[in-house]
Amino acid sequence: MNGPGRLIVTAPPPRGRYGEFGGSFVPETVVPALQELEAAAVEALSDPLFLAEFYGLEAGYAGRPTPLHHARRLSERAGRPVWLKREDLLHTGAHKLNNALGQLLLAKRMGKHRIVAETGAGQHGLATATACALLGMECVVYMGREDMRRQAVNVAKMELLGARVEPVGDPAATLKDATSEAIRYWVTNVRDTHYVIGSVVGPHPYPWLVRTLQSVIGSEARAQMLELAGRLPEVVVASVGGGSNAIGIFAAFLPDTEVQLLGVEAGGRGPQPGANGASLGLGTPGVLHGSRSYILQDPDGQVLPTHSISAGLDYPGVGPEHANLLATQRASYIALDDRQALEAFHLTTRLEGIIPALESSHAVAAALRLQAAGGPILVCLSGRGDKDLETVLGWESA
Amino acid sequence: MTTAGDAIRAALPSSDEEPRVCPYLMAGFPEPEATVDLLLAAEAGGGAVIEVGIPHSDPLADGPTIQAAGRLALSRGMTSRLALAQVAQARSRGLRVPVVLMTYLNPVAQFGLEEFCRAAAAAGVDGVLVPDLPLEEMDGLGRAASRAGLALCTMVAPTTPEQRLALAAARASGFVYCVSRTGVTGAGEPTEGAGLLERVRALSDRPLVLGFGVRRRSQVVSLAGLADGVAVGSRIVEAAGGDAAAAAVRDVVAELCGR
Repeated sequence: MNGPGRLIVTAPPPRGRYGEFGGSFVPETVVPALQELEAAAVEALSDPLFLAEFYGLEAGYAGRPTPLHHARRLSERAGRPVWLKREDLLHTGAHKLNNALGQLLLAKRMGKHRIVAETGAGQHGLATATACALLGMECVVYMGREDMRRQAVNVAKMELLGARVEPVGDPAATLKDATSEAIRYWVTNVRDTHYVIGSVVGPHPYPWLVRTLQSVIGSEARAQMLELAGRLPEVVVASVGGGSNAIGIFAAFLPDTEVQLLGVEAGGRGPQPGANGASLGLGTPGVLHGSRSYILQDPDGQVLPTHSISAGLDYPGVGPEHANLLATQRASYIALDDRQALEAFHLTTRLEGIIPALESSHAVAAALRLQAAGGPILVCLSGRGDKDLETVLGWESA
Repeated sequence: MTTAGDAIRAALPSSDEEPRVCPYLMAGFPEPEATVDLLLAAEAGGGAVIEVGIPHSDPLADGPTIQAAGRLALSRGMTSRLALAQVAQARSRGLRVPVVLMTYLNPVAQFGLEEFCRAAAAAGVDGVLVPDLPLEEMDGLGRAASRAGLALCTMVAPTTPEQRLALAAARASGFVYCVSRTGVTGAGEPTEGAGLLERVRALSDRPLVLGFGVRRRSQVVSLAGLADGVAVGSRIVEAAGGDAAAAAVRDVVAELCGR
């Protein structure tokens, strides 16, 4: 295919609602900024010049379109065709750059010169720091201490790129704490700072904006499936932490009601509280980081700690659109545990010569567990696994 | 007949004198057993309205001091129900000034809006303020509060445009909490307070409480004629976390009141 896939631009949902989920539950200080952001995004996404600049960077800088790879040896293993959407080949090594580039172009257009972001695995922080270097903007990234320890290489890269990486919380702090702290920074500096949230979570308009920017994945993958496989996939599989790569690839297939959509959450060490990141599977409706969705919480409404071998899935909430796709049964969601993800990590590496991110390994693991007969499976290989080598080797020597 | 908010409005009369001090305490900090004594100490020091924080795991509007207090309270077993029981116990021990609960939407939502407001009113609470519940989403809590006889307090910030200020004023049956600067609770001077207070005053006859960054007597004095109340959080919470906490809280409140 020629050139990057097109964005799937929809009108923002009224009051940010996806069924009973979504909304905008944030302190008053930033409410006007969110309203301004929604208006600016609607305007920019209908401006051919803005879109041309975005597609230009996606093609010439980020490396879109990313390939669709027919994974023949994984297919043999699965008993049916497996296709990998290679977001791992995007610049900086994951799908996160789609969102970072789009939001930074928007921030520039809005006259904001400073950027704040949160990061878990470091991929969103890295993408944001990269785009800030490219566009000459100041960058602050909040990251939990636990994540800084397990993603030390990404921390070093962000600092090389000129970002200031701020450690958050106690030694166990992860993405949830980093997100809270990034929001606090934004509340304090809202007049000249844009908050680049990294997933389809947070207050409206973020779930809608990030979905729109990540929809390039789905529109490319759908066209590539038709071109290379000659048909639509039977199942689309993607990992779900906050859920941006999943929404990005699902978006193009939502109208194709015959295509099953399967999201894979972090089963971690098991279903007990605090041992996983399976908000949709094991959580209940609640409000976290500005939107109503499924969250992992205790009966008093306090958010529980989480665990996943994959830092990017180690989050107690999930995007509100996913909550609604579950409620309306348009998508289904399962949780696979650390060991299953690790097994798929090795299989993908050995059978395809692709070292996948541990996040994406959850999606591959799910594909390999589907019934061993049937139509093609499209897997979003959302990122590469270089960042995870230490975790994988450490896990296995433990 | 009394209506929701009467007690709060009576405690924060509008005048040219200096504003009344509204101390904030985190329920369950430094330990659940301490809270009732601290509430009484805050009143004894001269607190006009006491704000009681119910701890939450993810307090987006709070700075480091109140975050840490909430974390410790939660680790010592604090719950929303326990906080309401503490207010009820303080009432039975003679606490007279109005109490306004400050917490986040999720603990209230999990409790159930109706049930939370009923239980709070039964415990002797006068009002409720939920900083992450925006004006557009207040219908449910507003109805529940009004049915239970609780006053709803609203929050405005220096970034709030005029038409939202009017909405916040119209929604408030208690006070309007004016955030003194962009930011979270705690450190940082309340640099934008006076301007905001003047803008809200022009639109509202509700009591105006200024908060965020107020920790000295001189700041209280400087707000004479502008604010009806000043919320002091982090400074009081620091005192609550130190030695001889009840006496320290009483003394800090008294100092802020100029006693």
